[in-house]
Amino acid sequence: MSAADSLLRVPAAREAAYWWHLYRRTWRGTIVISVANPLLFVVAMGFGLGQLVDARDSTYLQGSYLGFVAPGLLAASAMQLGFINSAGPVFQSARVGGNYRAAVTTPMEPTDVLTGHLLFNAFRLLTASIGILVVLVGFGATELKDAPGSLLAAVLTGLAFAAPVAAFAITVERPAKLSALFRFVIMPLYMFSGTFFPAEQLPDWLERLVWVSPLWHGTELCRGSGSTAIHLLVLLTLIAVGYLAARRTYTRRLTA
Amino acid sequence: MVIDSTALVTARGLTKVYDGPPAHTAVAGIDFDVLRGEAFGFLGPNGAGKSTTMRMIGCVSPRSGGELTILGRDAARERRTIKARIGSVPQDDTLDTELTVEENILIYGRYFGLPRAVIRERTDRLLDFARLVDKRSARVQELSGGMRRRLTIARSLVNEPDLVLLDEPTTGLDPQARHLLWERLFRLKQDGVTLILTTHYMDEAEQLCDRLAVMDGGRIVAHGSPRELIERYATREVLELRFPLDQHELAVEKARGIGDRLEVLPDRLLCYAADGEAALEEVHRRGLDPLTALVRRSGLEDVFLTLTGRTLVE
Repeated sequence: MSAADSLLRVPAAREAAYWWHLYRRTWRGTIVISVANPLLFVVAMGFGLGQLVDARDSTYLQGSYLGFVAPGLLAASAMQLGFINSAGPVFQSARVGGNYRAAVTTPMEPTDVLTGHLLFNAFRLLTASIGILVVLVGFGATELKDAPGSLLAAVLTGLAFAAPVAAFAITVERPAKLSALFRFVIMPLYMFSGTFFPAEQLPDWLERLVWVSPLWHGTELCRGSGSTAIHLLVLLTLIAVGYLAARRTYTRRLTA
Repeated sequence: MVIDSTALVTARGLTKVYDGPPAHTAVAGIDFDVLRGEAFGFLGPNGAGKSTTMRMIGCVSPRSGGELTILGRDAARERRTIKARIGSVPQDDTLDTELTVEENILIYGRYFGLPRAVIRERTDRLLDFARLVDKRSARVQELSGGMRRRLTIARSLVNEPDLVLLDEPTTGLDPQARHLLWERLFRLKQDGVTLILTTHYMDEAEQLCDRLAVMDGGRIVAHGSPRELIERYATREVLELRFPLDQHELAVEKARGIGDRLEVLPDRLLCYAADGEAALEEVHRRGLDPLTALVRRSGLEDVFLTLTGRTLVE
């Protein structure tokens, strides 16, 4: 029995292997995207917008604008990837004829399916975030010594979205609800979570609102500012609550 | 084909209630036994509770009440162990249309924790069984409906199951594809695999099933072998009469009392009688002149009409 066969004795690994099998067809494209996207951002934000910002010598920024925006970009990308890999694929898999439906006719249980899919999402978050960090470190936007901590923070940020989104996506009958979630939750978080500008420069009431944004905690963790314990607690709580909720919704949907 | 008296599946008072609002009882306390080596069919119209029963036997849907023992184990407590020995062919194909025929079997085999080498070795045999050898590398989206169905059945055999569940295996297929599938299923049965299938096709039930349970409204309204059911609930022969539509009602009145029983359908009269020819003579003697008259042996459709008073395929 090969090492891969031994690993597949764990039911959740079998679901992760399914997603890995699909991913093998597109991995080259995703690597290009993982590197090309941050490259465009770094050039546009760092050297374009950054020149303007740095010339104004803002009191809110300690270093360069590129140094500020880089961790925000890393966390926001992780949020988006966590959303994208959970929303559509979970919705499709749970539909009549979908992969989840096939899996639960075998010794796989809904929790195995969920865990395996999230494990694969964690893997994608890890590889995509490494791609982004390679660019950020290459351009001096992030210091190499900060990269491992930022990587962990990015993966946790992505999972803090992936788990609750999976819990929701499996209950959805129409994909329009997932588009609405992206438009009305993910996009505002993207804009107002200290990603592109420090939350401190917002009016007080809005700044307090930003504190409840999971992305803000992810961004701050990537940036290494504020209380690491609180940021970690928020992200880990979201992952745990999302996972437990998803166990319920997966079981309800797949074993009705 | 060997049928022994060991019950592979035993259900007593099996019930499934879907939470509301409003709560809906899909299966209302049914009893049945499926013996090792037999082909057992659930026959009934849409909404009769067949698929729900199959999902409970497949350990996908938990029961709401009653007892359900599969392969000697309790369906609620030992789901994984039972599912490892079941082959499942759901009503809707759950094939991955993006992947190839071979990849679909690989992925499914992995869900059972089978080593890759074992899956590869079985794939050759399964593709041969399903007559899909030359489609091994084709994507599922390129396959016809019949081929997809055969692939789903082949895939369900990857774990070499003791029991195969087929939920409406030939619905939506053309006649040739259906006959090919029946032939394959018959071969499976001859190999000693226990089959449980649902269908709303009478000919399919008669062709494939050793025993049947007729379901309606979540209950089993009759069970037995196709022959037993026909003998119990229908006469030996049926005389089918068709009249011009404007004479239909008058003909019904005149034909009353011919044979054992008269079933009035919107377009035909079915006259159940031991001797169909004699019944036809009586029809002529009463001055009736049908457009068409057909004497045939009675079948399961007649059983169903007798039991539920309506046609099966909705």
